[in-house]
Amino acid sequence: MIEVQSLSKSFKENLVLDNISVKLERGKTNLIIGESGSGKTTFLKCLIGLHSIDNGEILFDNRKFSKMNDKNIRKLRQEIGVLFQGGALYDYLSVEENIMFPLNMFTKLSLKEKRERVNFCLSKVNLEKTNDLFPSELSGGMTKRVAIARAIALNPKYLFCDEPNSGLDPKTAILIDNLILEITEEFNITTIVNTHDMNSVIQIGSNILFIHHGKILWRGNKNDLTKSKNNELNNFVFASKLFKTLRNENFT
Amino acid sequence: MLKYIKEIGRYFILMKKVFSFPEKKDIFFKQLFNEFEKVGLSSLSIVLIISFFVGGVVTIQQAINIDDPLIPKYLIGFVTRDALILEFSPTMIALILAGKVGSNIASEIGSMRISEQIDALEIMGINSASYLVLPKIIASILFFPILVILSIFIGIFGGWIGGISIGVTTADFVLGLQTEFSPFYVSYSLIKTVVFAFLITSISAFYGYFTKGGALEVGKSSTTAVVNSSILILIFNFIITELLLT
Repeated sequence: MIEVQSLSKSFKENLVLDNISVKLERGKTNLIIGESGSGKTTFLKCLIGLHSIDNGEILFDNRKFSKMNDKNIRKLRQEIGVLFQGGALYDYLSVEENIMFPLNMFTKLSLKEKRERVNFCLSKVNLEKTNDLFPSELSGGMTKRVAIARAIALNPKYLFCDEPNSGLDPKTAILIDNLILEITEEFNITTIVNTHDMNSVIQIGSNILFIHHGKILWRGNKNDLTKSKNNELNNFVFASKLFKTLRNENFT
Repeated sequence: MLKYIKEIGRYFILMKKVFSFPEKKDIFFKQLFNEFEKVGLSSLSIVLIISFFVGGVVTIQQAINIDDPLIPKYLIGFVTRDALILEFSPTMIALILAGKVGSNIASEIGSMRISEQIDALEIMGINSASYLVLPKIIASILFFPILVILSIFIGIFGGWIGGISIGVTTADFVLGLQTEFSPFYVSYSLIKTVVFAFLITSISAFYGYFTKGGALEVGKSSTTAVVNSSILILIFNFIITELLLT
């Protein structure tokens, strides 16, 4: 579990995150939703340590991030898997080498064991026999799946996904969503997904946080979402014509 | 002014990160050999071609300018040798490599930055600066002197061919090469090369590493890296010459 206590972050005079406190549960997909510029990407980057925070505390299973020295931070980061928006695969490495990369850096496994682990991760994302392909030869959906395979190579305790469905067709987006949900439940990972995609929210939102102007305005699950009386949330969720129509038809 | 001071500060902070012990020696050496190919071997042909023709042209120009019966012909070989050892091979080749290798390093690292590959390294707990930049710096420091030595030899060979083409005898040319040869000039040339190699790779890596934005900014970083490393090569050329030759 990740616990965030009174987190604040500003860039110069601009307060981006204002006193955020939240518990992100293990074995669940914790979705952060909100408009562009609401602060959700900054929140995610604060959680993974790419941005320093001004105030507050982040606890990874009761381990205080601010109290960690460099060695412990690096150790913690080996427990973190991140799926970046564009995949962030290393262009000069093949699919197999990309997934093997964290294993090479942080384990003493033999080549055979590493290959077995790579093949296991690839089978989890339904990409068997793509070992020798290079990132330039992959489609958008395949890139995301290889990135997921790399993110889970070291058996992470925490999985962070930044806009996992951006640029994907609806069918592939559902595939990625299901994959994230499956991996989260199977390996009991604390998963945090940053998304705009309302289909994802309906599909995998077991714990949803709505951030607006740097504050958490609403939290709940996908079943509560359509019943909310929060105006800002409703403006965001029912912005599209499709969702408006579905609300009028009383969907849950 | 404050902007430049900040930039210099950021450069030294990056260098502090770069010069840390490699996380895994076997991976470091694998990368080092890859970089020998990327920053060194891939530049071999351009260095040799340019050196051959410049050597030839320098000789022909000397022969035309020293067209006086009172000045011995062997001075043509003497001037060609010193021009190549002292200035052309270390400095001009460094400027060419700043364009070729420097822009390559800045755009490679810049592209990795904007596509979040560097963030991915950091998140894995890897010192991205050391992992990406250290092998490039070491490879260039070790390989550029080899390129410069080859450049000197090929330049002199080109000079000999150029000399023959306008009637300078081989005996005169070789006598010129042997006249008042100072081995320290070679040391001076190699010292300059090592400094220039460090400047080219570290400055280019610095601009690539701190690229922000998109493809356009990668191009800008690449250009800035080439311009600034070229200027610094010329400044350090002056400083080193003042320190070692005067």
